[in-house]
Amino acid sequence: MAELTYRDAVIRGIAQEMARDPDVVFLGEDIGKAGGVFKATVGLYDQFGPLRVRDTPISEQAILGAAMGAAMTGLKPIAEIMFSDFIAVCFDYIANEFSKSRYMTNGQVKIPLVVRTGNGGGARFGAQHSQSVENWCMMIPGLKVVAPSSPTDVIGLLAASVRDPDPVIFLEHKSLYATKGEVRDGEIVDTLGTAKIVRPGKDATILALALMVPRAVAAAEKLKNEHGIDCEVIDVRSLVPLDTQTILSSVARTHRLFTVEENPRLCGWGAELVSIAADEAFYDLDGPPVRITTPHIPLPSADILEDLALPSVDRIAERVQRSLNS
Amino acid sequence: MSTIEDRAPAAKATLNDDIGEDTRLAMYRTQFVIREAEQRAYDLFLQNLVKGTSHLSLGQEAVAAGFAVAMRKGDLSFCTYRGHAHTLARGVPIDKVLGELMGRDNGLMRGKGGSMHLTSVDHGVMGSYAIIGAHLPIACGAAWRAQYKGEKDVSVCFFGDGTTNIGAFHEALNFAVVWKLPVVFVCENNLYMEYTPIGDVTAVEHPAADRAAAYGLPRIIVDGNDADAVYRAASTAYDKARAGEGPSLIECMTYRYSGHSRADPAKYRPEGELEKWKERDPIKLYRERLKQFGVSDEAIARIENDVKREVNEATETCKAAPPPALDLLTTDVYADGGFAWRN
Repeated sequence: MAELTYRDAVIRGIAQEMARDPDVVFLGEDIGKAGGVFKATVGLYDQFGPLRVRDTPISEQAILGAAMGAAMTGLKPIAEIMFSDFIAVCFDYIANEFSKSRYMTNGQVKIPLVVRTGNGGGARFGAQHSQSVENWCMMIPGLKVVAPSSPTDVIGLLAASVRDPDPVIFLEHKSLYATKGEVRDGEIVDTLGTAKIVRPGKDATILALALMVPRAVAAAEKLKNEHGIDCEVIDVRSLVPLDTQTILSSVARTHRLFTVEENPRLCGWGAELVSIAADEAFYDLDGPPVRITTPHIPLPSADILEDLALPSVDRIAERVQRSLNS
Repeated sequence: MSTIEDRAPAAKATLNDDIGEDTRLAMYRTQFVIREAEQRAYDLFLQNLVKGTSHLSLGQEAVAAGFAVAMRKGDLSFCTYRGHAHTLARGVPIDKVLGELMGRDNGLMRGKGGSMHLTSVDHGVMGSYAIIGAHLPIACGAAWRAQYKGEKDVSVCFFGDGTTNIGAFHEALNFAVVWKLPVVFVCENNLYMEYTPIGDVTAVEHPAADRAAAYGLPRIIVDGNDADAVYRAASTAYDKARAGEGPSLIECMTYRYSGHSRADPAKYRPEGELEKWKERDPIKLYRERLKQFGVSDEAIARIENDVKREVNEATETCKAAPPPALDLLTTDVYADGGFAWRN
């Protein structure tokens, strides 16, 4: 058992998989000698050498294209796209290429790759370096989409992603890199498609992802302390595959559903989950599901404005309390 | 390296030159398969038996034949939506290709990909890509795997002149040179990006070759209607790649006889241009080449008749083939064989 930062968990997760399997290779901008712009790959170049940890030019299409070509011919690449906003530069590979090849070729082509990327806001980077883009990826058939919130989950879900035979978009939250958690020793391997109840409760179900998980948990504590409202917080962890069983069985117990989403309002992952609940858990619900999201805006840079935009502990608690008391 | 300017006449050639009779017969046969199969694909359009769109390589057969015949088993082809020719050139059965175009169960991908996505991993055809430029970085990745694992196969990436103006082309060229990858980039310059002459929208005369210097690569322009010239350029580039000396960029000058796609009657071409290129038709040219080498008219006719029979038989096989099973709609989205996104 050791206390590890989310950042160091990324390093440990990649190292665990590269040490296990020589077919796992790693490429991206500044990941090697420089140790990554978020210092989340420090030491991997020294440990595994320049043939397995390869610095690339600023060529996002080349990075994802090369990862795909390597994956379809036998390697298991991990590709880093530095900021998830840059996915827009190489979206062809995500939207048209490695997501569709297996289907279009009637199963001839297999693409076991992981795209790691720094996602989310809170770092005052402005509209082009702060977005939560999980919904860009979630809507594409053929992809898996994962977003861990704790150091242990980083290692376990990264290992599961590397070992998965399908392409996985692995969203690391930039504002979680410095957070810490207890991590057990030895190999850690988790399972994709499993949500986790991080705080049990009986009065309402709150679904959250990545940075919104600790905020939802803090809001739940506040609601308990100040209003006696006992919320269950579920870390969705994996948007595709989606663990609807854990979510719907929680709703069946609590009868209320809230989502806390960092993405802008339209077409966020919470909309899909509310839709599923409306279809399949309508009679379990005692009130309308509520989505707590960033407004439909680009993210501003100034701290006071960015803080206003992203769902905060106070906003989550206030919205849940207002809804339950109405 | 042979270029269009210094192409040597084939007169006084001997059968025992660097290419040899067997290879030449294979290249002729490959070109003839492409010609006949592409013409048949067009005829099947007119009968509404091939749906959707299709991009033919009539007139460009020598590029596909020269590069494919020079390959070894295990070398990998990456094609564009104009990929029927390169797929056939690797030995994929004609009925598998026509069946895919016709949306039949006997098709290469059982109708799930269609004309623009022909793939046969067993033949080294690693896909046909319909987003311009996408497959150049993908070919780099396959070459990276060969380099990393110490395998000797070469990744060969075919694309049109229009591809040279998209970002992925430039990213891939730089990437391949910096990483010294065993990849060969083949530009088939057929003079038109789609409907627009490539010269009208490109800063340099030779859209691929004139960019080579920017990536420290030699300027290579090949007569793409002469399979021998193509074969020699391909062999040189493959040897370089296998020797660990990095990528090549080869521009093949050629011409497509039909429009860009099914919907294009190619009215934009100046009068007489098509006829001028047909004087140097790759198949006519190569038939004369074989005769110069002493191949008999009978031997040539035998190849042609065999191929015509194969195309006819393939056509009948496809016409008799059922449509794909309906359960294919949701198979192979994910590795578990299905499309489940939730539990």
